[in-house]
Amino acid sequence: MAYSDKVIDHYNHPRNVGSLPKDDPNVGTGLVGAPECGDVMKLQMKINPQTQVIEEAKFKTFGCGSAIASSSLATEWVKGKTVDEALAIKNTEIVRELSLPPVKIHCSVLAEDAIKAAIGDWKKKKVVDSPATQTAAAHD
Amino acid sequence: MAIKLPIYMDNHATTPVDPRVVEAMLPYFNDKFGNAASRNHSFGWTAEEAVENARGQIARLVNATPKEIIFTSGATESNNLAIKGVAEMYREKGNHIITQVIEHKAVLDTCKRLEKYGFEVTYLPVEKDGRINLDDLRRAITPKTILISIMYANNEIGVVQPIAEIGKIAKEKGILFHSDGVQAAGKIPVDVQKDNIDLLSLTAHKFYGPKGCGALYVRRKNPRVQLSAIIDGGGHERGMRSGTLNVPGIVGFGKASELCQNEMAAESERLRRLRDRLKDGIFAKLDEVYVNGSLTQRLPHNLNVSFAFVEGESLLMGINDIAVSSGSACTSATLEPSYVLKALGVGEDLAHTSIRFGLGRFNTEEEVDYVTSRVVETVNRLRELSPLYEMAKEGVDLSKMNWKAE
Repeated sequence: MAYSDKVIDHYNHPRNVGSLPKDDPNVGTGLVGAPECGDVMKLQMKINPQTQVIEEAKFKTFGCGSAIASSSLATEWVKGKTVDEALAIKNTEIVRELSLPPVKIHCSVLAEDAIKAAIGDWKKKKVVDSPATQTAAAHD
Repeated sequence: MAIKLPIYMDNHATTPVDPRVVEAMLPYFNDKFGNAASRNHSFGWTAEEAVENARGQIARLVNATPKEIIFTSGATESNNLAIKGVAEMYREKGNHIITQVIEHKAVLDTCKRLEKYGFEVTYLPVEKDGRINLDDLRRAITPKTILISIMYANNEIGVVQPIAEIGKIAKEKGILFHSDGVQAAGKIPVDVQKDNIDLLSLTAHKFYGPKGCGALYVRRKNPRVQLSAIIDGGGHERGMRSGTLNVPGIVGFGKASELCQNEMAAESERLRRLRDRLKDGIFAKLDEVYVNGSLTQRLPHNLNVSFAFVEGESLLMGINDIAVSSGSACTSATLEPSYVLKALGVGEDLAHTSIRFGLGRFNTEEEVDYVTSRVVETVNRLRELSPLYEMAKEGVDLSKMNWKAE
C-alpha cells in the first residue's frame, strides 16, 4: 500500500507526542479504539477554563501509519482552537488533508472520536468541580 | 561487506530464482522451444526429454518415482486437484474430509466449496504450538472419511506438523493422505514413502525456481491413487491435468529441486543459525516479544514474532527498507488479523503486532544484524508512541479495560 507524503511525514515526525497529567482539572483525556481492533488513540488537551481555548494537545497512538498520522494531525489542528471550534472538526477533513484511502477512513473517524472524548472528559470534570453542582448534589 | 537495500526477508511468500536455475531455463525459451506433446519431430522430443529429466529431479527430492509427478500451474492448482479430484473419484466410498484450521486458503476454500456440494469437512483445531492433536484426528475419522489433508509446514509460523504419524494413521484406516508441502519441500527432508503421503502439493517458486510452475505427487502403488481431472482437454499428464506443459518453467523447477536436494543439509543449518541470531538479537534488546508457534517443530528459516503494543503495519512502515510481512489486519485484504495466529490462541491484540521473517538462500549475517537493529530501533520508537505500552508500564491490566470499540 502506498502512503501519501503527508502520512509519511506525520509517521516519521509525529507532532505533539506525549502525555499530560490526566488528573489536572484543566486536562481532558480521550482514549478510543481497542487493542483487538488494532487501533487505540489517546488524545489529551489542556484547556483554559476562562477562554475555552485549547492551549496544549498531546497524543499517543497504537495503530497503523494512517492512525498515527490522523491523531498527530488532530493535535495540530485543535491547538489554539476553542472547544467549540475543535468539536466542529470533521473526520472528512482529516481524510482530505492526509489523502487517506477508503480502507483507512476509520482512522480519521477514530481521531474525531478522540477529540470529542477528550473534550467530553474535560467537560465532565468541570461539572464535578463546579461549586454549583456540588451544592446541588448536597441537596439531593 | 556493504548491505544492499532493500533487504528481502519474506521467503515464505516467494523466493528469487537461483541464477543456476535461470541458466538452465534459458535455452528452453527459444533454441529448444518445442511442445513436449509433439511426438513427431525433434523439437518435441527435446522438450519432452527435458521435462522427463525434471520430473526425475523433482521425484528424487521427495523420494517418489517420476511417473508419480503431475505438473500443474502451482500449488493452488495442486491443492484443488488433489482435494476435488479425490472427492469426485471416491464419492461412492464416502463424503467426509478432514483438514485443519491453519491450512492455506487454497485448501480451506476448496473444502468449503465441496461442503456446498454435499461433502462434510472436519476442520481440526491446533494446539498452542500450532500442531494438531493426533487424538483429535483419530476421533474425527468416520467410516465415510475419504481424505485427510494436512499441510507439511505452515506458511505463517513455519510449524511442522506430525506428518509421519498422520500418514501412519491414514494408512491404518485406509484413508488417503494429502499434504500441502510447499513450505517444507526443498527446505527439510520430505519423504513420501517414509511419511505415507499419498498426494503432495509442490511449487517451484518457494524454493528458488520460477513462478507459475507446480506439481502434485500422486501415489501409484500402495495404494494406486486415482483422481478426477479438474481441467479437461488434451489428456496430458496421464489425463489428470490437460494443458501444454510449461517447459522452461518445468526445467527450472527440476534444477531448483536438484539444488535444494544437494544443498539442503548445509543450507538448513546455515539458515537455522541466522534465524537464531535474529531471534536472540531481538530478544536480548526488547521486552514483551513473543514467538508464535513451536520453536522446536519449526522450519529452520522461519521466525514469527509478536511485538506487544506495536501495531504490525506501523512497524512495517518504519522498517520500509526490509521486506517482511505482518499478521496485522491492516495488511490483509479482509481487515481481519491472521486466522492462523487466532487458531493458536494468540489474542487479537497480539496478532495485530506480529511480524513474519522468512530467511532464504541469499540472506547474509550482515543483513540479519541490520534487520535486528532496525527492528529494535523502530519498535522502541513506536512504543514511545504507544498508549498501550505506557499503560502497561503503569501497571494497567489492558485485558481488564473497558475498551470503547467502534
